[in-house]
Amino acid sequence: MSIDLNSGLIALAPELVIVLGAVSLLMIGVFATGSGVRIVNGLAVAILIFAGALVILMPTDGTAFNDAFVSDSFTRFMKILTLIGSAVTLVMSVGFAKAERFDKFEFPVLIMLATLGMMFMISANSMLSLYMGLELQSLALYVVAAINRDSVRATEAGLKYFVLGALSSGMLLYGISLVYGYTGTVEFEGIAAAVTNGEERQLGLLFGLVFVLAGLAFKISAVPFHMWTPDVYEGAPTPVTAFFAAAPKMAAMALLVRVVMDAFEPLTSDWQQIVAFIAIASMVLGSFAAIGQSNIKRLMAYSSIGHMGFALVGLAAGTQAGVRGVAIYMLIYLAMTLGAFAFILAMRRKGGNFENISDLAGLSSTNPLMATALTVLMFSLAGIPPLAGFWAKWYVFLAAIEADLYALAIIGVIASVVGAFYYLRIIKIMWFDEPLGRLEPVQGELGTVLGVSTVFTLLYVIVAGPVEAYAEVAARAFFAG
Amino acid sequence: MEQGALLTGLPAAFFYLFAFVAVAAALMVVSSRNPVHSVLYLILTFFNASALFLLTGAEFLAMILLIVYVGAVAVLFLFVVMMLDIDFAELRTGMLQYAPIGALVGLVLLAELVIVLGGSSFGPETVGAIAQPIPDLAIRENTAALGDVLYTEYVFFFQLAGLVLLVAMIGAIVLTLHHRRDVKRQDISRQVARTPETSIEVVEVESGKGI
Amino acid sequence: MEFFTIWVLPALIIIGQSLLLLVALLVFTAFILYADRKIWAAVMLRRGPNVVGPWGLLQSFADMLKFVFKEPIIPAGANKGVFLLAPLVSSVLALAAWAVIPVNEGWAIASINVGILYVFAISSLEVYGVIMAGWASNSKYPFLGALRSAAQMVSYEVSIGFVLVTVLLAVGSLDLSVIVMSQTDGLGTRLGLMNTFLDWHWLPLLPMFVIFFISALAETNRPPFDLVEAEAELVAGHMVEYSSTPYMLFMLGEYIAILLMCALMTILFLGGWLPPVDIAPFTWVPGVIWFTLKLSLLFFMIAMVKTFVPRYRYDQLMRLGWKVFLPISLAMVVITAFVLKLLEGGAA
Repeated sequence: MSIDLNSGLIALAPELVIVLGAVSLLMIGVFATGSGVRIVNGLAVAILIFAGALVILMPTDGTAFNDAFVSDSFTRFMKILTLIGSAVTLVMSVGFAKAERFDKFEFPVLIMLATLGMMFMISANSMLSLYMGLELQSLALYVVAAINRDSVRATEAGLKYFVLGALSSGMLLYGISLVYGYTGTVEFEGIAAAVTNGEERQLGLLFGLVFVLAGLAFKISAVPFHMWTPDVYEGAPTPVTAFFAAAPKMAAMALLVRVVMDAFEPLTSDWQQIVAFIAIASMVLGSFAAIGQSNIKRLMAYSSIGHMGFALVGLAAGTQAGVRGVAIYMLIYLAMTLGAFAFILAMRRKGGNFENISDLAGLSSTNPLMATALTVLMFSLAGIPPLAGFWAKWYVFLAAIEADLYALAIIGVIASVVGAFYYLRIIKIMWFDEPLGRLEPVQGELGTVLGVSTVFTLLYVIVAGPVEAYAEVAARAFFAG
Repeated sequence: MEQGALLTGLPAAFFYLFAFVAVAAALMVVSSRNPVHSVLYLILTFFNASALFLLTGAEFLAMILLIVYVGAVAVLFLFVVMMLDIDFAELRTGMLQYAPIGALVGLVLLAELVIVLGGSSFGPETVGAIAQPIPDLAIRENTAALGDVLYTEYVFFFQLAGLVLLVAMIGAIVLTLHHRRDVKRQDISRQVARTPETSIEVVEVESGKGI
Repeated sequence: MEFFTIWVLPALIIIGQSLLLLVALLVFTAFILYADRKIWAAVMLRRGPNVVGPWGLLQSFADMLKFVFKEPIIPAGANKGVFLLAPLVSSVLALAAWAVIPVNEGWAIASINVGILYVFAISSLEVYGVIMAGWASNSKYPFLGALRSAAQMVSYEVSIGFVLVTVLLAVGSLDLSVIVMSQTDGLGTRLGLMNTFLDWHWLPLLPMFVIFFISALAETNRPPFDLVEAEAELVAGHMVEYSSTPYMLFMLGEYIAILLMCALMTILFLGGWLPPVDIAPFTWVPGVIWFTLKLSLLFFMIAMVKTFVPRYRYDQLMRLGWKVFLPISLAMVVITAFVLKLLEGGAA
């Protein structure tokens, strides 16, 4: 009961910091006049960094609040990724806010609350906390998608995301209720125990599993629940799109890993098929559908669908190496995505932001540095060695092959070859087409993000050892007992 | 109440009364032609559901249902529906057209459910696995019993739900609040702070000149 | 015979009690209506009703007869069923809430352990009478009145709810009788005095008493918050199209709801049926008399407010509800909880 409340609160310290921070920033935003937005944005970044520091410096292992909340090496790894995604997004939004009159102090607050939801998702250890964390995150995301409410496209994006998101929440809840009905508990350990102890495999439980996975697949925008992604990515303001591509993917993937590795661990052979199917479908669709895109945000949407497919390959293996692969994949994906979006945010000429790929023509002669950076990122996203993207794929395919999932690995390789085509097309446009004129000078923070992520992808080999070791520790959380 | 004990006498009569009215009203919600009538029937349904709660001894839930759903949510519902000007006859014209598809989807779902539920039984341990046994009414009122678990066992979820609602509120405000600069607003603190010195100016007016 | 003692007799007793309360309440309402008019007239230096009966005492009964014998007119465009249901909802709900009000120790038709929630639930339903009337009349002014009332009543319910929460925190029970009895021990007895009116909740919870009083005015659409029927703007709001008995039912519902609010304040803050000082001459007087006296005092205050406070504008009304009362009552809930925690469980 309330005996372990204090220790629970210590485990919850990073989240509590964000809650208190968000609420205080709300007050500051309301009462501060003039430069309130900038202050709130800066403080929000500071709070997120502080929360990240708490995650690292105050590691607690175990569960709290009657097993509703879990904290271990895996949650810490994913929380750090999520916090980086959110904080960098906020940093990148500063320039955009100035240029596009995107000056709502609620934006950083909502980002913080969404991040909070993600951290609860990552730490979820029962179906109830899973659902509540997911709703907290989703609700904030629906709002930020439509935050530019005077734009028809943004409103459409928000509404579409909301309606489809509500549908997926419904599916998730339906699945949860079936699982609860057949196991009598909502806690992950309890579900696993009930499944192990049950005499026979219950068909209803499998139905529940399918619905839960479908609901979660929506959140990482995996095929066949990806339909919202391109429209929302295109319609939402670019910083919001950057956020969507980065942080929520981390949290939802962590949640998916947690659910299948903890709650449905005894049903591995069953969910492996589902995850493998989702992975194949996402990789293939992500590669082929992106080819025809002319809008770079839509292209990134399909790219993220594809990448989620690749990450799921690791999960489909269901082994420690697989989970390690997923963790590394998410880290590298985060770095590449943030870099790519920093570039997209910097795509400005006199008339304002542009999003058409063809407008990048001849960038190599007008802005050679930026063109080089994007080239590195695109090569990395395509998975060309020795860049980071290659290593990400290498770990997941390795895990798949070790688990004897040869078909999955082969389809993955084919899909990544097809996917390379549209990344290379961007590079071709930048280097070999007629120049269209200089970009506006890049803001410092965007340049920094772009530079850091380019250097990271370029020189990943140097840090590969420590990253692998850390991911290994994270993955071990599921295989300790 | 004992598990499986049959209702008899007056409680049974009231149970059937409320249950019947609730179901009938629910049917009227979907079949009534006028949307305002639908909402009014919905309120009647809530009312009867609340009465059913009372019969099972869950008086706190019964009252909260009335206060929250009937007293607040349904009012806003009615509010919106009253202001809509929709020709429902027109909306219904397409209904027959889609009815076969809808029926088909419904049948498929029903069949699937039958297959699932028929093929396997709900775990027998499920009934025993209720996390919180309901205390005897004589010992603890269920208002207090609810508080006992809500603020200890489930305090995490309780606070999380609060955060979800906070986000909903911020979202609603962000998406709808529009600061119009072209309307004059009353600032009561400024009105109160006004003194004769700040608002009255004595001027000497020369005749034939004006101010 | 067994059937008779188990079913019929209790049913008859309940019906008898209900009828007794109903008659007492209706007669009391008639005189309250008369008092309202007399007070208003006195402040304006008029005479007020003084023709029917001695000092015009029977005026309300005469009005009632007049309404009953007139022809009810239902507008052609009205939604007949809802139009006729609205006044019934309004008056029946107001009466229904009285079922749990204890006017003396043990004198309640139904003593339920969530009594205060019941009253709150029923009073939050009273808005339906107004909304239904406004919509069913199929006419502009009634509709505007209905919209105003819906927003107004829902807004002020929030602060009323918080006031109730503070009282509940102090008492620890939802039972109205327990709330009254808890006021035999309070601030005064803590200071070593005997049980007096100083023990009642109005003293420690004075800000909440004030907020409740004002919110009660808004909740029952009394001046200065009678925007629902502001005659200068909306003629008579939701009641424009009503005549004869349905109109009378609206008036009845309105006044009974006001009395209900007075009764609630009496129970929550003024010690219900308890005598002001717990010594001989006061304790001889039956509790129900004290209850009625307190009720009448509160109604006198409400009537006086009507005479000398001008009507609020709608945005001012909303500002008061959401920006003043809501934060204050919310803060008071927290403060009360803190103080009670410091005193550790003692009833304030």
